[in-house]
Amino acid sequence: MGNSPEETEQLRKIRAGDVRTASRLIRNLEDGLPEAKSSLKRIFPHTGRAHVVGITGAPGAGKSTLVDSLISSFRSNEKTVGVLAVDPTSPFTGGAILGDRIRMQRHAEDPGVFVRSLATRGALGGLAKAVGDAVHVMDVMGKEIVMVETVGTGQQEVEIINHSHTVIVVLVPGMGDEIQAIKAGIMEIADIFVINKADRDGAAQLMNELIAMLNMAPESASGWRPPVIRIGSVFEPVPFGESVAELSAAIGDHYRRLVETGLLGDRMRRKTMVEIHEALRDAILEPILKGLTESGEMEQIAGRVLRKESDPYTAAEEIARRCLK
Amino acid sequence: MAERTIRIMVAKPGLDGHDRGARVLARSFRDAGFEVIYTGCHQSPEQIAAAAIQEDVDLVGLSCLSGAHRYLFPRVVELLRQQGAADITVIGGGIIPDQDFALLTDAGIKAIFTPGAKLDAIVAWVRTNIKPRT
Repeated sequence: MGNSPEETEQLRKIRAGDVRTASRLIRNLEDGLPEAKSSLKRIFPHTGRAHVVGITGAPGAGKSTLVDSLISSFRSNEKTVGVLAVDPTSPFTGGAILGDRIRMQRHAEDPGVFVRSLATRGALGGLAKAVGDAVHVMDVMGKEIVMVETVGTGQQEVEIINHSHTVIVVLVPGMGDEIQAIKAGIMEIADIFVINKADRDGAAQLMNELIAMLNMAPESASGWRPPVIRIGSVFEPVPFGESVAELSAAIGDHYRRLVETGLLGDRMRRKTMVEIHEALRDAILEPILKGLTESGEMEQIAGRVLRKESDPYTAAEEIARRCLK
Repeated sequence: MAERTIRIMVAKPGLDGHDRGARVLARSFRDAGFEVIYTGCHQSPEQIAAAAIQEDVDLVGLSCLSGAHRYLFPRVVELLRQQGAADITVIGGGIIPDQDFALLTDAGIKAIFTPGAKLDAIVAWVRTNIKPRT
């Protein structure tokens, strides 16, 4: 199947880094337009060059400010940067306030930087459903570094590991005792830890807890031990800048380690598997749900389950038998 | 296909730090089911136009309480046009004297809301006039 002139032009523009075309495509992907899916298929062969860096941590931990500083740091090394900043969608109205960009507006006019805010739109795990697609678009635009900032996360939102090569977990002092450091979940996914707002009380204690935790961790396949980087107040620009430079260097070191040990391929494979899972869900589950909802059958099934004439499990098995022949 | 979500940028151009109104409006837009990108205070028209294009918004709402709207509002419209984004609607609000309305509407500002405007009325204006662009 050949591409139409418009389709060829769209691909050319995105590969040339055209912001208008790229941001429009990201919008269409978020909205689930079928033609956007076709575009994604066309750009896919050109993906796989960007270093994708995930940044996660609690609300107010300073993720957006760190991303802003990292943009400056990468730009001073003449790397082009894409940022996907995710904020939550209201479960009640579907609306959202996307405010991460406030911290990054000084880069708005830099043509080497493209910042795009995404709302979660019901996705769990700390990201928006379209994040993976949007990463592909920025990758094909030629952004060398793509930073993905999650919503403010708790303990369990670890979806970011499926979309990143390097994960930064941002912690702040005073968020709990030493047991927090040995819990499963977000504390296990970091390639780099940042202790942010390290000028505050409790930073030394948090540092000690992290080091104790890391000393007990089994050695990773790459031999990489997550560094712990302390970053103090943004109002002390000289030490702040030095700490950000240290973080930026650690991000580069981690990527080089992944490349040297061949583990980058493993991460790419994990990311690809997740993409196939998600695409399968879209291809199979979504049409079934849509059909059931539009025909009104979903309401009938819910009624039967509510009256205890059926149960969710039997109902699902019946639907699966009927639809997945 | 799911209904498309309206995306709005609320922005404060110029050297005016009074953003309570902008934040209240952003909250109302959120509660109306729109996605709102808020860019904070002290933005240049150039920053606002660039961000609006990066975010692919349908509407830019400018708030200015300092009196510099006669330059700042038209400049945002002009920059969007120069960058091929004339399809992004621009509205404004703040302390805008009646005698400036004509100048702003002639420059392409599609609606102006001044103190006393009801939040419901602004949301209703958006619902009537803004369709997600295709």
